[in-house]
Amino acid sequence: MPHIIPRPKLTFAEKMYLPAILGGLVITLRHFLRSLFGQTRITLQYPEQKWDENLPAHYRGAPTLVKDEWDRERCVACQLCEFICPPRAITITPGELPADSRWAKVEKYPEQFEIDMTRCIYCGMCEEVCPEQAIFLRKDYAITGLSRAEMVYDKKKLYEIGGVMDGLVNKWNDLK
Amino acid sequence: MDIWIYAIVSLVKTLTIIFVVVLPMVSYTVYAERRVSAFIQDRVGPNRVGIPLTLFGFKEDVKFHGLFQPFADALKLLLKEDFTPAHVNKFYYWLAPALAMIPSLLVLAVIPFGSTLDLDFLVTPVAKMLGFDFGLGPIPMVIADVDIGVLFIFAITSLGVYGITLAGWSSNSKYPFLGGIRSCSQMISYELAMGLSVVPVFLVVGTLNLSQIVEFQCANGWLVLPVWFHGLDWKQVALWVPLLISFVVFLIASFAETNRLPFDLPEAETELVGGYHTEYSSMKFALFFLGEYSAMIAASSVIVTLFLGGWHFPGIPDGSAGWFWGLANVVTFFAKVACVLFFFIWIRWTLPRFRYDQLMKIGWIYLFEIALVNILLTAGLLVAFS
Repeated sequence: MPHIIPRPKLTFAEKMYLPAILGGLVITLRHFLRSLFGQTRITLQYPEQKWDENLPAHYRGAPTLVKDEWDRERCVACQLCEFICPPRAITITPGELPADSRWAKVEKYPEQFEIDMTRCIYCGMCEEVCPEQAIFLRKDYAITGLSRAEMVYDKKKLYEIGGVMDGLVNKWNDLK
Repeated sequence: MDIWIYAIVSLVKTLTIIFVVVLPMVSYTVYAERRVSAFIQDRVGPNRVGIPLTLFGFKEDVKFHGLFQPFADALKLLLKEDFTPAHVNKFYYWLAPALAMIPSLLVLAVIPFGSTLDLDFLVTPVAKMLGFDFGLGPIPMVIADVDIGVLFIFAITSLGVYGITLAGWSSNSKYPFLGGIRSCSQMISYELAMGLSVVPVFLVVGTLNLSQIVEFQCANGWLVLPVWFHGLDWKQVALWVPLLISFVVFLIASFAETNRLPFDLPEAETELVGGYHTEYSSMKFALFFLGEYSAMIAASSVIVTLFLGGWHFPGIPDGSAGWFWGLANVVTFFAKVACVLFFFIWIRWTLPRFRYDQLMKIGWIYLFEIALVNILLTAGLLVAFS
């Protein structure tokens, strides 16, 4: 059975449009006046005002490398992040740790670690795949540069943004 | 000698009104449109462009709430590439923007934007220094005080449709073409209602001369507010009804004439991309833009002159009381125009666009008939009172 919606019977005032128009004018004028006298504050004036402190903990900003609490780089140059990276933004040149090093057990370290920020899609897969918890997506989002070369972040810059992240990583535990 | 002085004074008046008053007003109407629409929609609008002092080594720019936005816009439009597509009819394609711009400026020629301005305190000393001895006397603040003022306005504004139609046709592309056709039929439909809706004004005032219409309103109260100045005269109150109707009809028709929302079908963005100016760029596009906004200013001036008392405001004497009051009259007039412009913008962000058949129905079935009956009503009332 078809469901029939009857055409509404309009009163004379409704057919005239004018009362409805006046009502609409009042609504828009109210919005106008509220904005004019600063009672409406929705827009954030971006470069002056920022919302950074309200970013959630899981915010996915720039991917960075982190050091542990002994200022030792966590990355062991396993290259898992390089392989999983969908846009292939990460390039790692692995190097071998010398045998007399205190951390010789680790075997490898990244000689070079570059992330091309123009390619990165902030998916967070590198963070997910990293067995050493060495790469983290931080809250930096205003990533700018004047040339493509400048947008390729090297190891030094990545550590600079990343900072220190302490926490248990079993790899460094000699007992294991 | 006299004819030369008259010509020079007219030229000065024309240039001043176009370049000092109307064109800046157009650019700031665009700014106001963007700002007011932003406020109505709880946004901020252009609030950044100021004087770029940082370019000259200062620490901070001056912002002024974005009041320098029009300069940036004008610069952008002037510097953009002026592109003429290969498939257009070149002659009409180039002619159309000028035709869209000129009529709205021509209309301003007959509008009395002030009473009189006596500048002899400035002119006579300067003339003496140059070796002449004369004064200009009170200068009427209207460029061409013609007796057929309103007819002139209707004749010229109906030319405005050519710019839009030619633009749509010569662009040789479907969306502009549809826009041009829509504009054509819309203008024809609403011109009728517009013309008929002012007939009651002439029946009451008894002249087509705009200056005299304003003078009538100075003596008898504004046509939409006749009870402001005198006590309640029941005849005036009775005549107030048809005049209010004709005011509303004229207002609606002038919205349609200037292609403003709710009647902006010729350039309906959601349906026709950009409408008649889709194929235009750079300064040619800007001319359409200027034309649209100066048409808005012209329409507001006509509304103010016919119905809202022109340059008159209770308590402010006319120009014969001194140059200051003459200037005050001019300011009053443009303040009223600004209020009507605000109303235009306000309406735009309140009402949605009409469907095309609704537009035609309102024009031909309602406004036209209302205007006709209104004439009969006014005439009947006037006969009954005489």
